[in-house]
This record gives sequence, structure tokens and C-alpha cells, in this order.
Amino acid sequence: MNVEREGGRGANQLRPMDCSRNVLSRAHGSASCSHGETKVIAAVFGPKSGTKKNENPEKACIEIIWKPKTGQIGKPEKEFEMILKRTLQNICLLTIHPNTTTSIIVQVAHDDGSLLPCAIHATCAALVDAGFPLKSLAVAICCCLTENGHIILDPSKLEEQKMKAFVCLVFPSSVNSVLPEGSTDASAKSTEQGIITSLTRGVMTVDDYFHSVEQGRAAVTPLSNILRKKMQSQFASNLSKAS
Amino acid sequence: MAAASGTNDLSSDMELDAFRRLFPLRFHERHLLESIRPDGRPLGRARDTTLSLGAVASANGSALAKIGCTTMLAAIKLEVMIPIAEAPDEGCIAIDFHMPPICSPLIRPGRPAEVAPVISKQLSDTILSSGMIDLKELCLVSGKAAWMAYLDIYCLDADGALFDAALLSAVAAFSHLQIPVVSLNDNGRIVLMSEENGENGGSMKKKEPVNKEKIKLKLNSQPFSLTCVLHKNYILADPTFEEESIMETYLTITLDTNFQLVSLNKPGGPGLASTSAIQDCIILARQRVKELQQILNEAISDMEVD
Repeated sequence: MNVEREGGRGANQLRPMDCSRNVLSRAHGSASCSHGETKVIAAVFGPKSGTKKNENPEKACIEIIWKPKTGQIGKPEKEFEMILKRTLQNICLLTIHPNTTTSIIVQVAHDDGSLLPCAIHATCAALVDAGFPLKSLAVAICCCLTENGHIILDPSKLEEQKMKAFVCLVFPSSVNSVLPEGSTDASAKSTEQGIITSLTRGVMTVDDYFHSVEQGRAAVTPLSNILRKKMQSQFASNLSKAS
Repeated sequence: MAAASGTNDLSSDMELDAFRRLFPLRFHERHLLESIRPDGRPLGRARDTTLSLGAVASANGSALAKIGCTTMLAAIKLEVMIPIAEAPDEGCIAIDFHMPPICSPLIRPGRPAEVAPVISKQLSDTILSSGMIDLKELCLVSGKAAWMAYLDIYCLDADGALFDAALLSAVAAFSHLQIPVVSLNDNGRIVLMSEENGENGGSMKKKEPVNKEKIKLKLNSQPFSLTCVLHKNYILADPTFEEESIMETYLTITLDTNFQLVSLNKPGGPGLASTSAIQDCIILARQRVKELQQILNEAISDMEVD
């Protein structure tokens, strides 16, 4: 059952994650997030008045610009832009600032696998930094399927290229950790978290897909706690600086 | 006043259309309560699908697919190229999806649609990763010549479920593809062998065709897809453009003929997808794969009769 991974990581072990806010001085909100070697920087500008054509003026509009590390902007970048925009539509409260546009620029600093989850975490942290109203945070994870059916989490670039199939999942960050200790047990069992976004590549059986979802869901709870701690610790230090 | 015109179904046509435009979500939800959709379909049924092969006579392979009003035209052109060093006996496929302004009033000339590059990339990923085509079949002379297949898909009418129709037309075009017979020239170049070579002028030597046996590609498991819209507890299969724009959460499932999952794509959207909703969608997708396979086989046999 043991899967050999580079660096001796276990199948369910994630790479060390780091997230820091307020990295750029001119942007209204900014953040940089890294999963192992993969690093993404996100900047938020807005809300600015007016929406683009064909967009609903009763809601806020979100515009994403994805910049790859090298090369020209092509179809993969457009696909990432669309996925990120629709994922954020789920977690943002768009009716608070109608008829406005918020631009989010995502710059890939280094791609070593698991790029979309890293970008989603960076974008959420940048939106928190900008003070944009959000329903909840989003937590994302990548799973890979090996030839003999094992599921490994958070693959590096080399692992992604060797694998048979690859699933990327985004879940809403659970609200249970905000509730007081006593009430968590009852509500945690009744609500199973739905999936915000799911992306697969490569052929797999339907059962493999559902196993990956289960593994991803289990791994997401500690990950969302880590993310929240990273953002809280900075907020506390900002307050102490202000006072 | 709005509630009155909503409950009064015997109102004149003008009021119904006005209600549909002013309160689209309520209009659709009233239909969903009766488990039906505005065009009369039950929730799990896809629109009528037709397929015609050989729509473009000058292309090596082509197909026109219609799912309801959504129309896609796919055409394949073959060109000889030198294969790359890492894969000397494999050909190449380049897939491109175009949305010309004819397909929708929202697309203006000079301003390309936002969904077009996304669908193009998804089609490319799906077709190449599904293993439908073995690239080694596109090889002519190992290391020196191989076929490059340019697949272009044009959307002629965009009425929802664009990816499904595009994938269907691509698979049909590959089933219709006829690789022309070629032979190796004296200069070492590949030339088309035309039918007039039968009369031996004496000055032309009879050339050996390089690929006499390979005229049609052998397709392994073909991928077919189904897009479903998730709205509260309802799952609507094969949405129209109106349904997609009102209930914005959709999920596209691609299965191949062995019922393996080629891709499951839920690109965000305001609603969440629970595991039970995904399982229901997969059941609908399985039925759809059987229907589409039958439609494709009928279209192929119609062509062969001609």
C-alpha cells in the first residue's frame, strides 16, 4: 500500500504551505501563497464603478487576469481565468456592491504542480486583505491517481506528468470552526460539504473519482485550519502595529 | 400584479412573454414544480439530436451535429508533416473551436467570445486524453513523415450545451475521416496518389502506395458528454441557453463507451454539488452515452449505404 514519493512524502501528506498578506503596497489587497515550490501572487483592485458589457448590473462583477510565469497568454490561461471567476462567484457576496467591477490579477511565480489550488488560496487571502465581502473561504486540493489505483494528494509537477489521471477539487471552508465547541458535533455530521469546483484530466473509473473526493474532503479540514491560522496571525500583528 | 399574471396561466400570450422576461427564475421554477421545462421536456431528457456525416465535401472528414437548436460543424483536414524527435512514429492532432458572430447575438465581430478558448482547450484535453485515437495510426514513414490532422469546429448556433454538441461533432468527424492514399516520391516526398494514375502513360513509373491498408481510423472507446444544470434539488439535463444563463451552476460529465469517466468538469458557479447530485448526473450521462452511440452508428451506416 506504500506509494514511493520523492522526498519521502506519504500518500496523504501535503507539502509545507505558506501564505502571507499585504505583499504589494499599491494594490488594494494582495497575497502570496506557496505550496512547497509552487508560488502564486494575487493582487486585488477595486471595486471600481461600472460593469462590463453583458454582465448583470445588479451584482458586482469580478474580472480575473491570469499571468503565466513565461510565454504568451493562451488557452490554458483563459481556462484558469474562467474557473477562478466562477469559483469566486460562489464564495463572494456579490449583491453588496452592485454595478462595480473588481479586478484580480494572478501572477504565477513558479509552477511545481498543484497550481490551481495555490492560486485559489492566494486569491482568497488577497480578497480578505482587500476587505471584499465573502461568504466563506475556499479550500482547494489536487489528487492524482497512480497506475495501480492509489490516490496521492498535492502532487509535484513531475508526479503530475507521470500520473494516469488527476482531479482538482475546491470546497467551501467549513464554518464549523467558527461555532462554539458544543454545537460542532451535531451540525458537522448532518451537512456534508458540497463541491464548488471539480476538474479532472485523464481517464478514471467513476469509483476512483468518488474515492478521490472522499480523500480530498478529509484532507481539506486541517488545510483550512492552517490557512485560517496564517491569516489570523497576520491580522493580529497588523492590529498591534496600528495601536 | 406579478403574482396574478403568474398564477393565471390562461392569460394572453403577451403577458406570458412579459412574465418570462421580467421574472425568468420564477417562470422556470413554476415549471420545475410540475417536473417539466418550458419546452415540454421532462427534467432528465436531452433535446432531439441529429447527426449528418460528410457535410463538408472538400474536407477529409466532416460532420454536422445538432442538439436541439445548437449546431456544430466539424471538419478535418490532413497534412503531411515531419514527426517530432521524441515521438518519431506518431502523428499529431490540432483542435480548434471557433464561435463566429453568426452563432449568437452576444458575440460581436472583432471581439471573440470568452467561452471559445475555454471550450477549445477542454475539447483538446478530452479528445487527446480519452485515447480514442492512437496517434501511431497517423504515421506514414517512421521518423520522416506523419499526418497532422487539423480539426476545426465551428459553432453555427449557440443555444446551450456547446461542449456536448462540439464533442459529438468531433467524434463523428473522426469516424467519417478517410485518409487519402499516398505514395513516396523519387525525391523522398509524399505525394497524393490520384485515381487517374490508373492509365499508365509509360513515362510515369507505378508508385507503391505507402498506406494502402489504412483508409479509416480505428477508434477505441469514443467519449460522449452530457451537461447538467443544478438548481436547488433539481437536475436539468442538456440545458438551453436561457436555462444556463438563469441557473448558473452546471456540470459536464464525459464518459467513454466503456463507461469510464473521461472528465468531470464543474467550473464553480453559485451552487454546490453534493455527492448524490453527482451520482444522479452520472446515471443520466450513462443513458445519454447509449443514445448517442446509437445515433452515431445509425449515421455511419446511412453513409455506407450511400
